[in-house]
Amino acid sequence: MQKQLLLGAEAIAQAALDAGISGVYAYPGTPSTEITEFIQRSQPENGASVRSAWATNEKTAFEAALGMSYAGKRSLTCMKHVGLNVAADAFMNAAITGIHGGLVVTVADDPSMHSSQNEQDSRVYAKFAMIPVLEPANQQEAYDMTRYGFELSEKIKLPVMLRIPTRLSHSRATITRAIPREQNDLSPSGDKTKWILLPANARKSYQRLIEKQQELIDASDSSIFNKIIEEKGPMGVIAFGIAYNYTMEVVKTYNLPIAVLKISQYPLPKKLISQFTGKYSDILIAEEGYPVYEELLKGYFGNGKFRGKFDGALPRTGELTPNLLAKALKVDTEETRSIPSIVAGRPPMLCKGCSHRDLFDAINRVMEEYPEHHLFGDIGCYTLGALPPYNAISTCVDMGASITMAKGAADAGMRPALCVIGDSTFTHSGITGLLDAVNDNTPITVIISDNGTTAMTGGQNSAGSGRYYNICKGIGVEEEHIRPITPLKKNLEENSRILKEELNYQGVSVIISQRECIQTARK
Amino acid sequence: MNKNIIIAGVGGQGILTIASIIDLAAMNLGLQVKQAEVHGMSQRGGAVESHLRISSEEIYSDLIPLGKADLILSIEPMEALRYLPFLSPEGVIVTATEPYKNIAHYPEEEKLMDTIKESATHLSVDAGLLARKAGSPKSFNVVMLGAASPYIGIETEELEKAIRLFFGRKGEEIVNVNTKAFRLGKEYATE
Ligand SMILES: Cc1ncc(C[n+]2csc(CCOP(=O)(O)OP(=O)(O)O)c2C)c(N)n1
Repeated sequence: MQKQLLLGAEAIAQAALDAGISGVYAYPGTPSTEITEFIQRSQPENGASVRSAWATNEKTAFEAALGMSYAGKRSLTCMKHVGLNVAADAFMNAAITGIHGGLVVTVADDPSMHSSQNEQDSRVYAKFAMIPVLEPANQQEAYDMTRYGFELSEKIKLPVMLRIPTRLSHSRATITRAIPREQNDLSPSGDKTKWILLPANARKSYQRLIEKQQELIDASDSSIFNKIIEEKGPMGVIAFGIAYNYTMEVVKTYNLPIAVLKISQYPLPKKLISQFTGKYSDILIAEEGYPVYEELLKGYFGNGKFRGKFDGALPRTGELTPNLLAKALKVDTEETRSIPSIVAGRPPMLCKGCSHRDLFDAINRVMEEYPEHHLFGDIGCYTLGALPPYNAISTCVDMGASITMAKGAADAGMRPALCVIGDSTFTHSGITGLLDAVNDNTPITVIISDNGTTAMTGGQNSAGSGRYYNICKGIGVEEEHIRPITPLKKNLEENSRILKEELNYQGVSVIISQRECIQTARK
Repeated sequence: MNKNIIIAGVGGQGILTIASIIDLAAMNLGLQVKQAEVHGMSQRGGAVESHLRISSEEIYSDLIPLGKADLILSIEPMEALRYLPFLSPEGVIVTATEPYKNIAHYPEEEKLMDTIKESATHLSVDAGLLARKAGSPKSFNVVMLGAASPYIGIETEELEKAIRLFFGRKGEEIVNVNTKAFRLGKEYATE
């Protein structure tokens, strides 16, 4: 087959198509978005169709993927690491039910928090759920392991997690494709004892999951993606996922006599680990993410044989780099130049002409009249309203938290309790919080900053476009307190007046601030 | 053959076009390629860079190690300096001179150019001028590619072939403008 230059994310997408998926279910989130986008623009060559539109959030995505699996077909679900928090209920329980058609859960972690609120390590979730993880080191492995993931999933009857970091997702390399496979036929499962998690069934299923663990360990021990590169000296590195690349970069560049155990499939391969740790006495553990397996191998009371993130050989936070590995392997690297002091920071900012800008102008003007300024914020481009010149928002925690935090603060007595949420974030997980406020008649003002798209992640369709008024009305917000505005300079006076009126109202009010994203308008 | 190139700029300036053309040329020659990009948050007017590695042997790290870049190709002068720790002692900076001022405290331009001069072997290019000469201000990037071409380790003909491939579906006219832009950049560099 021909070679193609693909992002790690795209390699996964191509592999999923070639593995015969019938659908991908995902909500955007950097660095996972490109997987679904690739599938959306490249349907399979054999004319079969693959369902690929965006889901409302990660939980609805996961469950739909599980439903497709129930029906006997292969499905892929993708999300960023924090998206798995949203899908966690479905994720944990799907490990108990198991699957029918192959199900691969791709989770893109963001060590160094390039575009995220945290750098949580999804391998912890997989360990928690007791399912296998595949963690490719490079783009070709991303392709090969995705295909393998579907086979493994169908063989062991469990969802399989594929974990990639930002660096692999957003880096290109050439990959060689394999021959595409046909989609599965429709063949619904129908095994009720498996799919109905009533306690009597669930206890048995959980027991079976525990009993399966040895089989999973054996699969890791015989996996072609785990391997030992022997050396004579006492030093070794256990390199997980992409950490293998950085290790090999250093070992090859400086010609080091250091053995490497590459691990790309979990649970930990017991035989390989015991063989390696028996042979080498000074071992560096290199994980991209939390020191999950370092903690396990080292034990709570430590073991001098192992070095890693706990003893400072590698930093506890942020992503790994070849230089960090070189330092941990005690290589003398050359002095490098520093960044000249003249270089100023250049943080991301709202685009010129962005509708959020005019909204923040109106909010800031109205808030001047209050002694304290609090604006509960949410996640999206409008979070950049936290930076100068606006300095407008007070919080950004997780998707949907603006409305619910404003509600809690209002319950505590804060007035006014104002929050701002993007349109996509509102449908992702804002509606339920608004319903809570309506049921309590909490005095909050919710601004939906509706730019008609999911802008932060590159302009994907937004699930509720054109329906926010009716959604709010439908869940019980009084119509006279649903106020559409158009954020434009010329409307500043009027918008400020409307905002002020609603801040004075002692009940639930919603301001729908609607103007198209300047980026999508240009397209 | 082994080249490490940092391509730098500001989100929205289109540094990935440069990377894609070099990738195409390298692949046509059967070389290995790795190209790490910045997506997401920083694309909103923030600093962005791409790590481009080309080699006749297997490339492991997606990131260029500090002190190992042969070339910093920047389409904005301040951004050229941001990646200085990556530049090897013999490395070269090729940068456009036109600043992109979307921040409150952009450094004084003269001082900036002096710092670039002191920092490394460098070539600064008035890419805007050459792009207009080529027939389209949009060919700014390709002018810079041309100016950097003596340091990329790939023959001019191969890069021009890649330009034709890359812009081919946009029509003959666009191909010609960009080929001209590339040549003007290259001429400037080799003068
Ligand atoms: C649980 C979760 N899923 C996905 C993301 C990634 N993400 C951050 S902001 C955003 C979209 C926000 O869109 P919208 O609310 O419409 O605001 P806009 O960016 O358009 O202003 C997404 C998908 C996230 N941070 N958390």
